[in-house]
Amino acid sequence: MLEHKQDQPGRLAENIVYFARALRAAGIPVGPGAVLDALEAVKAAGVGTRDDFYWTLHAVFVKRHEHSVLFDQAFRIFFRRRGYIDQLMAMMLPQAPAEPHAPQAGATRVHEALFSGLDDKLKKEREIELDARMTVSDREILQHKDFAQMTAAEIAKAKEAMKKLVMPLAEVRTRRLAPNAHGHLIDIRRTLRASMKGGGDFIDLRFIGPKTRPPPIVALLDISGSMSQYSRIFLHFLHALTDTRRRVSTFLFGTRLTNVTRALRERDPDDALAACSACVADWSGGTRIASSLRAFNKQWARRVLSQGAIVLLITDGLERDADDTLAFEIDRLHRSCRSLIWLNPLLRFEGFEARARGIKTMLPHVDEFRPIHSLESIAALVAGLQRGGGAGDPKAWMRKVA
Amino acid sequence: MNKPSPRPLPTSIGSTVDLLAEAEYLADRSLGTVLFLALKMGRPIFLEGEAGVGKTEIAKVLSSTLGRRLIRLQCYEGLDIAAAVYEWNYAAQMIAIRVAEAEGEHDRARLEHDVFSERFLIKRPLLQALEPDTAGAPVLLIDEIDRTDEAFEAYLLEVLADFQVTIPEMGTVKATQPPIVVITSNRTREVHDALKRRCLYHWVGYPTAERELAIVRAKVPGVSKKLSEQVVAFVQALRKEDLFKSPGVAETLDWAGALSELDVVALDPATVSDTLGVLLKYQDDIARLEGSKVKGMLDEMKSDLRAAE
Repeated sequence: MLEHKQDQPGRLAENIVYFARALRAAGIPVGPGAVLDALEAVKAAGVGTRDDFYWTLHAVFVKRHEHSVLFDQAFRIFFRRRGYIDQLMAMMLPQAPAEPHAPQAGATRVHEALFSGLDDKLKKEREIELDARMTVSDREILQHKDFAQMTAAEIAKAKEAMKKLVMPLAEVRTRRLAPNAHGHLIDIRRTLRASMKGGGDFIDLRFIGPKTRPPPIVALLDISGSMSQYSRIFLHFLHALTDTRRRVSTFLFGTRLTNVTRALRERDPDDALAACSACVADWSGGTRIASSLRAFNKQWARRVLSQGAIVLLITDGLERDADDTLAFEIDRLHRSCRSLIWLNPLLRFEGFEARARGIKTMLPHVDEFRPIHSLESIAALVAGLQRGGGAGDPKAWMRKVA
Repeated sequence: MNKPSPRPLPTSIGSTVDLLAEAEYLADRSLGTVLFLALKMGRPIFLEGEAGVGKTEIAKVLSSTLGRRLIRLQCYEGLDIAAAVYEWNYAAQMIAIRVAEAEGEHDRARLEHDVFSERFLIKRPLLQALEPDTAGAPVLLIDEIDRTDEAFEAYLLEVLADFQVTIPEMGTVKATQPPIVVITSNRTREVHDALKRRCLYHWVGYPTAERELAIVRAKVPGVSKKLSEQVVAFVQALRKEDLFKSPGVAETLDWAGALSELDVVALDPATVSDTLGVLLKYQDDIARLEGSKVKGMLDEMKSDLRAAE
């Protein structure tokens, strides 16, 4: 049973404040307002059982489904026994018995948040172990990639390039209407108000027309070994894009899919890239395009592809096992977005032909197939995006090898 | 709609669950907790979950059991203030202006005041929800908020924080009694944190086998005990499969209803294959279950059920 029942209300408040702090450290955004809400909620619910207490706090602190797991772990650790300090000490002691079963999802993050710094040593050993497998490209390689610091000149160049960037299909029409002198509908409200000014003697028509808005962008960036030279510069590009547009979602994939949208929102590019690097476990490993696309289609497509999103697929398309699954998944991706643009760095080679099986499988399903000529230059990437016509038509590449 | 008498709000988590059960909505304790807190603290409830798990139903059940009016705002792309909050009755306004002219009224301020009065205001759901009601504050259902755009979400912030709406021509309308607000989302996009922060959040998941069985028994009374057990066990097994869209509770109920219409007493592979379209709505999900797969699942399920007896 929980200890707060016997305690004075002051102690309960204190516990909730500490608990909120632990949640914040574990990565759940909990503001001070939520702490006050939690106190009010606990008072309102008049908590009787542990379960009720759990769900009361859950109702206030958790605002996203994926935070439920973190909350659950934090709650277990925090309220497991009397006094969380005792608990902390027990966890710190080296002879504390290890959990017999496999760690649950979210446990690592909460554990790290609560006891950061403690198991650095342990982690290092683990990393060495994993490094031994690096030569096998097909297997998952859990290797953290270190980003070199970006130079000021690079940042300036990236920003300048972004200014010139006009994305294909830059604006889409929405169903919303806005005042527009050349609009096709009469805005009766504004018309009436304007005519009131003249006492209603004559009616001066005002118009409205459809409003346009840049569509959401979803970038799927391949970070496998064969793409390693490019992935860093593309991340800079995506960071700049996230900075200027409102709805940009970024996913990285190698052997597994990672959503780094939130990490890229950091204002400073270096911070953003460091945050990105921290979320990803499979830098420069093998590629499993089909399974990554499958994961995207299943878990994210319905959440980020609404309202006419454009998908930028950035990969060389060198998939080992190009089979029916790949064709099926790329087809599904193509059907669920407004337009699918494939950016392939291999196109910079003069004699490139769409011969690799993976490329041949994916090509019929993309709307545009565009090159990125020079690796280190963002300017070239932007130019590649802007160029229309023949070079972007996937059918031209299909004909060449037919 | 029948007109039940208004009732006071529940006073504990247990009585909230009982209240929902009266209208045959079988909620688990976590949902009961969130609802109770929302009612007690006067906060909006934000319900997220897959399609067909009964999010919208919660608002309907709340309104019918509490005897409150249900006001529904279905969100869609391009939803604007004229459709969600209020609109002026322009035709009537123009007639009023003409009449005033004919009567020789030329005082502009007076005319404007007359034309932009409550008489010419058409109230849409959000404004209706702020009106006082003898039965108690209404239940406001804002359905599928993920379908509208960020601009509308931002507008909702004012409404949900202070329960007031500002009409430039008239002034601010404030609710004397804040409505019970239920917001649902299918998660086709992320709703902004600022809006979620003002609400109590709950993820509505798929029910456990036990609870789903109780739901089927309550909602589809004609179905036999044996069939309902088999239906629920099969659907639960189906949710463990790697499907693009798992069947929700609504699909389970549809299926149980369909099977009882067909006078089926027990599941067999042929019947399942023929009626799979009620449960699964994607062609490749259906293709995945073709052939011997259904038979294997049925056999496994039947042996499990036998073992449980």
